Amino acid sequence: MEMTVAEAVLRVVKEQGTDVIYGYPGAANTPIYDKINNAGLYCVLTRNEQGAAHAASSYFKMTGKVGVCTATSGPGATNLITGIANAYMDSAPLVAITGQVALCNIGKDAFQEVDTTGVTTPITKHNYLVKNAEDAVSIMREAFYIAKTGRPGPVVVDIPLDIQKEIIEFTSCEQSEIRGYNPEPELNVKQIKKLAKMLHSAKRPFVVLGGGVLGAGASDEFTAFVEKIKVPVASTLMGISGISSNHSQYLGMLGLHGTHSANNAFLNSDLIIFMGSRISDRAVSDSEATARRAKIVHIDIDPAEINKNIICDLSIVADIKKLLIKLNEYTDFVCPDTWLNECINAKNQNIKAEDSQTKLVNPKLFLKMLSDKTTPDTVISTEVGQNQIWTANHYKFLKPNTFLTSGGFGTMGYGLPAALGAKIARPELTVIAIEGDGSFQMAMPELAAMRQSGADLKIVIFKNRSLGMVHELQQEHFNSNFVSVDLGDYPHLDKIAEAYDIPYMQISTNDEIENGINALLKDGQAFILEVLVDEFESTL
Amino acid sequence: MSKYILNALVENHAGILAKMASLFARRGFNIDSLAVGETHDPKLSSATIVVDGDAQTVDQVEKQLSKLIDVISVQTLAPEASVSRELSLIKVSCTAKNRAEITQIVDIFRANIIDISDHAVIIELTGSAMKIEAFKEMMRPYNILEMSRTGMIAMTRSLADSKKVEADNHIL
Repeated sequence: MEMTVAEAVLRVVKEQGTDVIYGYPGAANTPIYDKINNAGLYCVLTRNEQGAAHAASSYFKMTGKVGVCTATSGPGATNLITGIANAYMDSAPLVAITGQVALCNIGKDAFQEVDTTGVTTPITKHNYLVKNAEDAVSIMREAFYIAKTGRPGPVVVDIPLDIQKEIIEFTSCEQSEIRGYNPEPELNVKQIKKLAKMLHSAKRPFVVLGGGVLGAGASDEFTAFVEKIKVPVASTLMGISGISSNHSQYLGMLGLHGTHSANNAFLNSDLIIFMGSRISDRAVSDSEATARRAKIVHIDIDPAEINKNIICDLSIVADIKKLLIKLNEYTDFVCPDTWLNECINAKNQNIKAEDSQTKLVNPKLFLKMLSDKTTPDTVISTEVGQNQIWTANHYKFLKPNTFLTSGGFGTMGYGLPAALGAKIARPELTVIAIEGDGSFQMAMPELAAMRQSGADLKIVIFKNRSLGMVHELQQEHFNSNFVSVDLGDYPHLDKIAEAYDIPYMQISTNDEIENGINALLKDGQAFILEVLVDEFESTL
Repeated sequence: MSKYILNALVENHAGILAKMASLFARRGFNIDSLAVGETHDPKLSSATIVVDGDAQTVDQVEKQLSKLIDVISVQTLAPEASVSRELSLIKVSCTAKNRAEITQIVDIFRANIIDISDHAVIIELTGSAMKIEAFKEMMRPYNILEMSRTGMIAMTRSLADSKKVEADNHIL
């Protein structure tokens, strides 16, 4: 069948099961926009391309289909970059289609020209500049295949304006093999047996749940595995929701902002099994000391993660889901009760009614109460900063992929567009965006995209008039020399809510929490709940 | 720290050299040289990379390179099972007075004089990095005016190919 490249590109998007495109039109991608409606794709006009990339990155977690975003050349493409880098760090599959100036203008510093493949090389799994119209279809199919297989990640397809308009024959043939890409490592039974052996000689084994477990869709298998061997578990920030937060063996988040019980158990363990984790500096601050103290097993789909941040005693490169199924078959190890009980008791002692000295709302208590009132399939999206850590530590996640957050890249302005992307992907779910008043302002214009697309988000804004986490850093490490962390009283959120026709309420004391949450969750409507918090409220 | 030679077989796609170079810069790998050229198959290029580092760094270079979609295979070459060569051009001050002396050294190194004038010669020399270093030292007293090197290219010995042992990269 004959059609333009623009039509063919959109046809591949549809063929891959994606039915939403988040993006922003401009001169260099208008041929694509011209055909979006005909292609049966729903397009969401975010107010900044960055929001489109974030929204697309949460689409996969909600639907299992690769998210797609589009932007024009030059500034459109560079605005996508933070979102693409964020997706790369957190291994989110994403296909970004960018317009490029016409082929004959490339290299001439034409209007809105940027070397898109050049600037996205270090932050993409792969990228393409389509130079021949006939290659467009196979490149698009390859882009989806690369984005979602192996360790998922973003792929950029940069298409010059004139190429988009060329007529080609759309082929439905299978994509050819990519010689340099083998996303499915073979399971090695020898290594599984070796792991079983290491477990048997361990006295205090410990499992770290990373985002890779969620990426592999292996939450059930993971839970079955840890229940079988009865070991204590902690998750990294990206691993949260991979096991129910209420699971008796779950000790909470590991690392700098993690729980005492998770970190203590980690420090006392003699065998640590990292699953789908890249052992970031936030999760494990001293990887050398850790490797000296305990035996390390590292399981990951990406061979390049092995021995990158920690030298391990055993590494297994595998699809975690397939591996866990085998592990559940081969392992007959059961951890000694004493060790597990010791960890669980420490956890129970650590849980205290979150007491706070401030007169304003205690955000930790708020999040605890919020999780009591929400259904298990409610999706929570956070920004970056104190709001994120409060949520990670105090909200109870009961189902996989109900937590959307920017882990590796720590991108402020992620939460609102990510929540928007999730709500558009799964309109039937309640999606709550947890915001700080700093990061909220980084993506505030997306409220318009939310209103226009009818994606009614529940928005909680913790207002402490401050960049809370930096404020705390300056307080603790810079003698309270507070510089550039005061946000003042702006914007007045009641007026913002009014400007976007969103029902609004403000709460300022713990007594009002229940009323506030009830109003927030009432019906399906969008809502902004402003929660006043003290600027000296601690992260942990 | 020591030198390692890596050979990568890559798709002859636009931008692959930039992608490799960007990777080295971003990950902070120290690269002595990077030489890329077409193979007998015009769709494929061969890249030889000389890395300065320890075994762990080289392991990372190998894995990170393998992660690039356009990189088909990467191997670290064992010095005893591979051959490597480098080409260099050296312009040295040379007058009728010392020409005989220089020509003699050139002969000993089996190098060639490929250009000559009343005040200088250009010498072409092929060999291992060590040989080129040695020649450079011999030429230094005569005043080296210019020097240019291709960087190392390398290949496994055919005997080593047939005896290639599959290393188990997973159990470390």
